[in-house]
Amino acid sequence: MRIWDVHSHLGQLPGDTPEARMKVLVEHMDRLGIERLILSQGYDEFIYHPTPQQVREENDRVMRAVKHFPDRAYGAVYLSPDNVEFSLEEFDRCVRDGPMVSIGELETDVRCNSPALDPIVERAISMNVPILQHTWTNATGNGPGESTPHDLVELARRHPQVQFICGHTGGNWELGIRTIRDTKNVYAEIAGSDPTSGFTEMAVRELGAERVIYGSDVGGRSFASQMAKVIGAEIPESAKELILGGNLRRLLQPVLKAKGLPS
Amino acid sequence: MIDTNVELFRWPFRRLTGDDDAGDLVARLHKKGVTQAWAGSYEGLLCRDVAGVNMRLAAACREQGADYLKPFGCVNPKSPDWEEDLRRCHEQHHMVGIRLYPNYHGYTLVDPAFTKLASLAANRNLIVQIALSMEDIRTQFPLMLVPPADPAPLAELAPRIPNLRLVLLNAGHWAGDETTSIRQIRSAKNVYFDISMNEGIGGLARLIAATSPQRVVFGSHYPFFYFESALLKVKSAGLPRDQEFAIYEGNARTLLKQA
Repeated sequence: MRIWDVHSHLGQLPGDTPEARMKVLVEHMDRLGIERLILSQGYDEFIYHPTPQQVREENDRVMRAVKHFPDRAYGAVYLSPDNVEFSLEEFDRCVRDGPMVSIGELETDVRCNSPALDPIVERAISMNVPILQHTWTNATGNGPGESTPHDLVELARRHPQVQFICGHTGGNWELGIRTIRDTKNVYAEIAGSDPTSGFTEMAVRELGAERVIYGSDVGGRSFASQMAKVIGAEIPESAKELILGGNLRRLLQPVLKAKGLPS
Repeated sequence: MIDTNVELFRWPFRRLTGDDDAGDLVARLHKKGVTQAWAGSYEGLLCRDVAGVNMRLAAACREQGADYLKPFGCVNPKSPDWEEDLRRCHEQHHMVGIRLYPNYHGYTLVDPAFTKLASLAANRNLIVQIALSMEDIRTQFPLMLVPPADPAPLAELAPRIPNLRLVLLNAGHWAGDETTSIRQIRSAKNVYFDISMNEGIGGLARLIAATSPQRVVFGSHYPFFYFESALLKVKSAGLPRDQEFAIYEGNARTLLKQA
């Protein structure tokens, strides 16, 4: 089975450089047969309202790690609706003219239903890349500007031609799955929550296996706990293959083909 | 493989695999390679008739054959006449240990009632499992938020009752803490840790380094969690074979031998 992970970071890992931290990830990927990661921001602790310089630094670190392990990771560009003009330039630098293949994890302190996201999403259309958006529905209350699946559905309905990946499916997945159910260009992503059983079964039942995508949210989480949501799920093997990599490769196919990158 | 952290019956907020048929749960555990499971009861979280909870747990475990499911009864030291529940767990149901849910039962680990319970359980040579949490508070039912129990008081308590054998379940929420209390708990020779909520890249290796290869036990938190989470953590940790065996089985057996 070919396993691709849509959601990974270089934070909370040993090592003083992006290359060193990526090497640690590769060692752990090998133990569980993970072929490739989509890597994004998060080398440093989460920064509210990151400056353009901080956003650029995060993206540079990702590109360094990917350059060192080109067969094991692709990069996803971090952008901030706090600074749209800069974000559009950064998209061009990292995706249009650089090696990155998608947008995400967008995790800024502006909720993603904001119109400020629209120009960024329109730029995604130009390269046909998917967008991974962080979402939570935290029972104790969301952080300032933290997006919910409802916010993502609003954004996705304004841009039906873009494929959106609902990061964490809102954490409270029983609610998140129901929230995105009728918005066909939104995919459930299973990363970054406890491995509560039933998550993947419900997602497959309500959305179809074609709309469920594996991600881990390493280094804060482990590959083990997040892969278990698929490996341990009572769903057909064919569904597991789609969730663990098939769906992600299908979403990335246009941009990988355009860039001449392997899928 | 000994799984030190499974539960029977119904979780209050979601249907789970095998929650209406202990035999079904056992069949699944067998298939996953588990040779023995230490079982608590989800009923113990909210039911006030703890004696009834433990009676049903003991009966369900007994029905699954000798020694496969080891019942760990629930005792709530804030409940009237809890000492009788403890006695029945030991003398009537012949349990080797008890499982406590302090956050669901509304007491902290500095409560004198807990200290008394820990002491009496130690005198009966019972293993004491403390479920420090059951679920990430961020995903709990909004009308019933139950924050995790603070383990800090155990730093003082564990050495004071040297014959007490404590197993901390579902302890992930403070995995990154480096306070003096947490360091003392990790170094206490009579405190064991399950791996169900251990997280992060290299998380299991860090837990072993911070505690001891002899005091980490396999616990899945199944069926609330996917069993494979704990299994893959051990498989992917890159541990020496002797440490793998100790976690899967050896350390739990050592605990049982002392019971």
